[in-house]
Amino acid sequence: MDLHRNLFSGNNVIKAMANMHVRGNGLGGGFAVYGLYPEYKNHYVFHIMYQRRDIKPEIYPFLVKHFNVAKDEEIPTNPSKAIHDPPLLWRYFLTPKTEPQFSDEYVVEKVNALNTDFEGVYVFSSGKDMGVFKGVGYPEDIAKYFCLNEYKGYIWTAHSRFPTNTQGWWGGAHPFNILDWTVVHNGEISSYGINRRFLETQGYRCALHTDTEVIAYAIDLLIRKHKLPLEVACKVFAPPFWSHVDKMSDVEQKWINAIRQTYSSLLLNGPFTIIMAHHGEMIGLTDRIRLRPLTAGIQDNKLYMSSEESSIRLISPNLEKVWTPQGGEPIVGRLNQKVTTHSSDIIFAKVKT
Amino acid sequence: MITHLLPEFLIERDHKRCIRCKVCLRQCGFDVHYYDSDDDQMLVREQDCVGCQRCAALCPTNALIIKPHPHAYKPNLNWSKDHIRDLTKQAETGSVLITGMGNDKGLPIYWDRLILNASQVTNPSIDPLREPMETRTFLGQKPDKIQVEDGMLKTTLAPQIMVESPILFSALSYGAISYQAIESLAKAATKFGTLFNTGEGGLPIPLRKYGENAIVQCASGRFGVDAEYLNSGVIVEIKIGQGAKPGIGGHLPGGKVTEQVSRTRMIPVGVDALSPAPQHDIYSIEDLSTLIHALKEATNYEKPISVKISAVHNSAAIASGVVRAGADIIALDGIRGGTGAAPKAIRDNVGIPIELALAAVDMRLRQEGIRNKASIIAAGGFRCSADVIKAITLGADAVYLGTAALVAIGCTLCQKCYTGICNWGICTTNPYLSKRINPNIASQRLVNLLQSWSLEIKEMMGGMGVNAIESLRGNRHHLRGVDLHDWELDLLGVRGAGR
Repeated sequence: MDLHRNLFSGNNVIKAMANMHVRGNGLGGGFAVYGLYPEYKNHYVFHIMYQRRDIKPEIYPFLVKHFNVAKDEEIPTNPSKAIHDPPLLWRYFLTPKTEPQFSDEYVVEKVNALNTDFEGVYVFSSGKDMGVFKGVGYPEDIAKYFCLNEYKGYIWTAHSRFPTNTQGWWGGAHPFNILDWTVVHNGEISSYGINRRFLETQGYRCALHTDTEVIAYAIDLLIRKHKLPLEVACKVFAPPFWSHVDKMSDVEQKWINAIRQTYSSLLLNGPFTIIMAHHGEMIGLTDRIRLRPLTAGIQDNKLYMSSEESSIRLISPNLEKVWTPQGGEPIVGRLNQKVTTHSSDIIFAKVKT
Repeated sequence: MITHLLPEFLIERDHKRCIRCKVCLRQCGFDVHYYDSDDDQMLVREQDCVGCQRCAALCPTNALIIKPHPHAYKPNLNWSKDHIRDLTKQAETGSVLITGMGNDKGLPIYWDRLILNASQVTNPSIDPLREPMETRTFLGQKPDKIQVEDGMLKTTLAPQIMVESPILFSALSYGAISYQAIESLAKAATKFGTLFNTGEGGLPIPLRKYGENAIVQCASGRFGVDAEYLNSGVIVEIKIGQGAKPGIGGHLPGGKVTEQVSRTRMIPVGVDALSPAPQHDIYSIEDLSTLIHALKEATNYEKPISVKISAVHNSAAIASGVVRAGADIIALDGIRGGTGAAPKAIRDNVGIPIELALAAVDMRLRQEGIRNKASIIAAGGFRCSADVIKAITLGADAVYLGTAALVAIGCTLCQKCYTGICNWGICTTNPYLSKRINPNIASQRLVNLLQSWSLEIKEMMGGMGVNAIESLRGNRHHLRGVDLHDWELDLLGVRGAGR
């Protein structure tokens, strides 16, 4: 992430991912790019995957019914031997046919409908001025396939998959997205069953057969619908242990009690490192006992986060600062702000008496 | 009338081992053993033996073996020995057959057909001896969301009761069980950091010091209920039903109503304490709502109100109504739940297994978006830590242990609780028998039980790769079914093993 919002090409990101080639097995790679479509920055951009070419004409009436379509086109690709049986990928630049204040909720509803009501149709991304490119292949091959060296953005997140839960398929590659939130995830969510049941009671429909999907919906629920500060959402996902809470001040205890009791079904349990992003923020977080690696580095107002320090050093050899956070302590990169490495001071501001 | 009943148990005494110490004679409240001084030997009245094993356990030379009597009628798959025995008893008494403890009829036990998951390779299992493992549980209504304004927390939580492990002691009333037994439960709950439940028998004044760990019950007989009592515990529970006897109230024979029981229950000495079948101020769901709010008023809105119902055919819809009526906790008691006294016909035939009721209630409350409005406590025959963790995984917040707790302090499930005689000192108010329980020792046995089950739960949680119990609560992905029909898998919300 460039903390001053300067756009940069994907070349270094691709290089860093290729450096971690052995972490994946070629069954999933993907990228999210922010600041991608400046000429359409007020449009929701849907990247849609069609498992079969003949489904696409069925979807167009649905889109036209609910949106004004400013432009649509096939996502440019560069077919290669490394990528097998690619689906059809199309992008649409849309404005919702609803009042502006309801448009986010409207878009979430329509994305849910597209993912679940139509067979073989999956929305890869649905945010403004951003997009997700992903598929079955190593990330460096996926990048080549989507010509990502030609795109520029100020946040890039990327993922290499080694699927263990569900088979490798195009919709199962990371990043996962809803609106402009994306999540890449290294790990496995052992609490998936209850996370999913809880989100389903909140109106989300899980369609992508993969645990990471719930994180995208959970962050949407907490931040957009419940209007919680980001740091509170991170404490929902990875709250401090009770043994630690018992030693906190009364104010802090009130916060954690409220968080853990209200959102116990959204605690993410099991090994994870996640990097979440939306416009203006990039967040790295591990599970409470850090069963997956996360290293962060800063140089020249660029914040790097990765499973491996080596991939950061490869593209930024003279880091000003490099560190590993405590388990459950988020690293938050915000535009034009100092990077915060622990969130306690911010959330425990004051409790209403 | 000469009885046609045959003895239920055969008593074998090894006369070479017997030293005529008369421990068996003194220990048996049913006067089974007696001493023949002419022949210097111990003899028995076998027909009175209930098979509680007290004499065998305390015999210093292991001279006694008590076993089911091998006598047999002509084999008949339709008319079992039990049927003939019950029918004979009724022909001789003209009475409703009364029994104690839970249903023993061999209904399907779904816990045994549900199996748990464990991590392999892709997510590491967690070692509870080396990493934190959280079983802390909060009982009470939870909000839909928390509100934050300008970085300030605006939400105030409804009253929550914290327990260190999701295992509570079930309602066991004073009068039904001895003072020493209830004191043991109170002491153990306090020492371990969980809760005991007074049942409908009130809370004796000397035990109110354990109020921080007490659930006080308000049942249809309203025994011992006054403002001070309601405020002496941390949760007030309205008892609508009990798994062992859905549809009827409690029966305490007058013989058990001693001076102290009388004072605690606020009834005369020696009089039967018969709880009405319904609560006479609750003839509808709106009446229940009125009582819930009356109790909240009486306790200054500082205590969660629980409503205990027996698991019956329509539990899911009933539970939904109970939550909407304002209950903060729902206690669901299944058909295998215990009792001090119940008509045998009802105990053995009325209600449904807790597993099915729990799954249906949790599912229904989630479908209606009100699962957070009440905690669910499941009850009804939990035998081991695995039953508990499976209940949590199906959706319970916590479980009640009744029978298991009594077994920990001596009960052997002889099912004679209703007689007022309990050789183990549990289900009796006879001081000669009840003093057999030393609350210091018995409470330690109970703490040991809670501790060992909690440790086992932590081991299994770690194996599944989760370190907080809430990540397992309602997480049915960690359960699979074996030997279950499709409708059962569907109701339980689990997949078949291997899928």
